[in-house]
Amino acid sequence: MPDLIEIAKGLLESKEVSFIIGYTKDRFGRVKPYIAKSVEDANNLMFDHHSIHNLAVYLTRLKIPENGKVGIVAKSCDIKAIIALIQENQIKREQVYIIGMNCSGVVTHSTDEWKKENIQIKCKYCADKSPMLYDAVAGTAEPFEQPDDTQAVLMQKLEAMSSAERWDFWAKEFEKCIKCYACRQVCPMCYCEQCIAEKNQPQWITTSPTPAGNFSWNIIKAFHMAGRCVGCHECERACPMGIPLTLLTRKMGMVAGKEFNYRHGMAIDQPTLVGSYNFNDNEDFIK
Amino acid sequence: MAEEKFEPKVVAFVCNWCTYTGADLAGTSRLKQEPNARLIRVPCTGRIDPVFVIKAFESGADGVLISGCHPGDCHYNTGNFHARRRWTFFKELLNFVGIDSTRLHFSWVSASEGKKWVDVVNGVIDTVREQGPFLKYKEIKEHDFQEIEN
Repeated sequence: MPDLIEIAKGLLESKEVSFIIGYTKDRFGRVKPYIAKSVEDANNLMFDHHSIHNLAVYLTRLKIPENGKVGIVAKSCDIKAIIALIQENQIKREQVYIIGMNCSGVVTHSTDEWKKENIQIKCKYCADKSPMLYDAVAGTAEPFEQPDDTQAVLMQKLEAMSSAERWDFWAKEFEKCIKCYACRQVCPMCYCEQCIAEKNQPQWITTSPTPAGNFSWNIIKAFHMAGRCVGCHECERACPMGIPLTLLTRKMGMVAGKEFNYRHGMAIDQPTLVGSYNFNDNEDFIK
Repeated sequence: MAEEKFEPKVVAFVCNWCTYTGADLAGTSRLKQEPNARLIRVPCTGRIDPVFVIKAFESGADGVLISGCHPGDCHYNTGNFHARRRWTFFKELLNFVGIDSTRLHFSWVSASEGKKWVDVVNGVIDTVREQGPFLKYKEIKEHDFQEIEN
């Protein structure tokens, strides 16, 4: 894909950006995040169906200087995270040069082929495959047949259950949690300097991986994503125990859509949902 | 021995300016209310972090009531508007993980609505009593202790 490399080379040569956050292949041929700092480095950049990582997470972790600028290779779901970070005043629009990639879906495992069955859940219901905010676009998207949205089916099944059955479902899932906080580390929207999980005066969330503490942690994590999750599904991918965390975040997204007709990370000048209010918000549930 | 009658524990997070004063009025007006609710006074409903509610359930509450000023009456102007948005998500989330609306209640009670406070709190306590003790959280907590002991 020469155009991505050409764009990157141009940017690094003219010193418009100090480095470019992108993808490269390691010596085993697996795709991994990569930071290109020089024109030579730019040759290593690539993008394909295995470029699953949401690189927007590096924008807050790397602490970009106030007047600095970095380049980032981003799919549409990653761009949503970048827009969301701008909306939430974590970065400025001028600080990022977005190389938007036309995406045709990503596959979960590095050894998987790009075919209908292997496509990640998020791509199964992805509505915006082309970049919505960018400084340059690269890559060509191959049309693909959208596979069945199995998560939506599971969601409907869960919603049809009784509260007690739902509790049992989640108690079983959360019991697996080992409190490694991978879901938090990989999340582009989890940028708090001090996480509630680390606050110990008072200790809101038990630090050891016990079922009750796991329940609190996972509920709070999902609540902090309410109206903010951009649906990149990185938490679920990073989870070593295979907890279906995106069911919770997707549910929160559904509430935002249904109650407020809102989607996070769509426009940089839109106020955030939980940071704003409307006098006429629905309050049927309040006595 | 006769089986002990179940008395629910209800934790009520109330705002200092409206509901707490309303509950105070109910007391000074000698209105009778059930004694199962434990009031926790917070400056504003906007101060109620959902983690408080989770902690209440974790610590053995059978039900939670959250109450504050009517929209437009907030002492800090917008606290309850922000809180209302948060609750919209929070109640759906808790419902989705199995804590439904019979255990988590919301209300607006102003400082002059002593009678409404009594009705709300009695209503909540009755609903929770009907539902019985909230054993689900206790079960997983007991599991924790067993694990520690072993």
